[in-house]
Amino acid sequence: MHGYANPLRFQRIADAVLPWVAVALLVLTPIGLYQALVLAPPDYQQGEAARIMYVHVPAAWLATFTYALIAIASVVALVWRHPLAEVAARAAAPVGAAFTAIALVTGSVWGKPMWGTWWVWDARLTSVLILFFLYLGYIALHDAFEDPARGARAASILALVGAVNLPIIKFSVDWWNTLHQPSSILRLDGPTIAPSMLWPLLTMVVVFKLYLVLVLILRMRGQLAQRQIHNLRARGAAGAGV
Amino acid sequence: MRPFLALLRRDLGLAFRHGAETLLGAIFFTLALSLFPLGVGASADILARIGAGVIWVLALFAVLLTLERLYQSDYEDGSLELMVLAPVPLELLVFAKCLAHWLTSGLLLVAMSPLLALLMALPAEAYWVLPAALLLGTPTLTLIGSIGAALLVGSRRGSALTALLVLPLYIPVLIFGVSAVDGYLMGLGGGAQMGILGAMLLFAMALAPPATAAALRVALE
Amino acid sequence: MTLFEARGLACQRAGRLVFEQLEFALEAGDALLLRGPNGSGKSSLLRLLAGLLRPAAGVLRWQGRPFAAQDPEHRARLHFVGHLDAGKANLTVRENLAFLAGLAGLARLRESALERFDLAELADLPVRYLSAGQKRRLALARLEVAPRPLWLLDEPAVGLDATNRRRLERLIAAHLAAGGLCIVATHGDVSLSGALVLDFGEAVA
Repeated sequence: MHGYANPLRFQRIADAVLPWVAVALLVLTPIGLYQALVLAPPDYQQGEAARIMYVHVPAAWLATFTYALIAIASVVALVWRHPLAEVAARAAAPVGAAFTAIALVTGSVWGKPMWGTWWVWDARLTSVLILFFLYLGYIALHDAFEDPARGARAASILALVGAVNLPIIKFSVDWWNTLHQPSSILRLDGPTIAPSMLWPLLTMVVVFKLYLVLVLILRMRGQLAQRQIHNLRARGAAGAGV
Repeated sequence: MRPFLALLRRDLGLAFRHGAETLLGAIFFTLALSLFPLGVGASADILARIGAGVIWVLALFAVLLTLERLYQSDYEDGSLELMVLAPVPLELLVFAKCLAHWLTSGLLLVAMSPLLALLMALPAEAYWVLPAALLLGTPTLTLIGSIGAALLVGSRRGSALTALLVLPLYIPVLIFGVSAVDGYLMGLGGGAQMGILGAMLLFAMALAPPATAAALRVALE
Repeated sequence: MTLFEARGLACQRAGRLVFEQLEFALEAGDALLLRGPNGSGKSSLLRLLAGLLRPAAGVLRWQGRPFAAQDPEHRARLHFVGHLDAGKANLTVRENLAFLAGLAGLARLRESALERFDLAELADLPVRYLSAGQKRRLALARLEVAPRPLWLLDEPAVGLDATNRRRLERLIAAHLAAGGLCIVATHGDVSLSGALVLDFGEAVA
């Protein structure tokens, strides 16, 4: 039974993976930054400001990727009741929210020279803003109950409802307004971005992913330790009698 | 069908007996609307331009306002246990609760909307377009809101959190609701948007009862 | 012949094991008394048997067939009376019971449900005017609203006076005599002759 499953196996895997991720991150981050900030050519229209892209695009990708991760973990938590899935989802949520916030802020900084204003209500910014609120709701619901297990189960349901609704929200916001540049990387006829800009971007995406994995493992460890403390205390109270 | 009707009758009876509380959403709807002319100026063309949007946003809030008690009081007095333990699918009972909620909240807003259209100086066509769009949209608001209300049953952080959970999910209804009304008022037609509102209602009818039922079962564990 | 049995039941709440390896086997007409201090797991067992909680391990069998406590089929054969009385304050006693009858799929409320706990005089009074003991009687009246073989009662006599405790005991005895089952958590204020006892005394590890 999962009810008895202990997280020792996760700890073993985490201990094995963690150093590799940390080393890869330490090596790739300076390479990615050097490529993005020095090697990559300035955009012929947007100039040096386009370099924000190397932070903005990976952050925006990971913002949605992390939400998908939470939704998948929530399905696992609800259907198979695997306790580790809930821990993973809860650990990922603030990271995803942070990526979403970075995407919003960098998008806004990028928008200032491009559109002459910090904020425009275009479809993508609006969708990302809504995603940010979904993250906040998820986190707030998770922590809204005295019994952490209750919050975790409720938040899993919310994550699923949110995931089912995200395409509808995206569709309606797109329909409402399209002002942003059309997507230029994920296209069937191949990327329209120059290779000299694509490679730094891909490196940065890998750097962001590694960072997500690293923080996720660290946070999951922390959460597991927190659960153990909670359980010990609950047992202590029960042992002390009526 | 009998348990469904029993619950529907009970909730309608309770809503009727809590008259003032039941009307709160509708009173808020009108009161908040009357703040807009005071805020943006009473010029008829400004009011008419923002009218459909303002009325829809307020409808969202008015429904939101009445959500908190949807399952909380049943949870507190123990009738939620009876519903979960009744030998019928909980989804069916959730549907009865939502229907009773809509009949005593959303339907009131639909009925009042021509009056609000008049206050916002909307053209005469709005007197039927607005209620029609609200008729398709407000049940969806109740159904989606039911999920949020069920998730928060038993939590001490009430309404602000309900808003945070529910409002993002309301956005599609807002967008197509406003666009349907504006479409007709500008002579462009809004049939497609009405169709999408209807589709979203069907989708919410399929999604909300199981999600709400799951949330209620979690609340009783 | 065993009607209702549990094998190797375990219950986990908020990360702690409430009980494990819990077993019982009941035949038609058997009563099972759950004894033990607060927090020892009596309520958890009743909620688990009603399908409100999920067991961490173990099997339940009805007439030898394993089932999940969440099955609608199981819900149709049980009455659960928990700590909450489940009366709507603004509905009358009769309206509350009529709602329960409807929820059970019955066309009308049997008058005997009102009479059993002497509620006939209070029938048209909104529940908010009732005393704690009267509300408890209303909660227990649901046992009479629809006939169900399995009764799960959690401290059913709380707030009842001696007369009504006797009434409850007689009602349970009649239910058992008719081949029903009854599982009662109690501090000792309900006495049933010949009942099996499950002691939760020091169950918490």
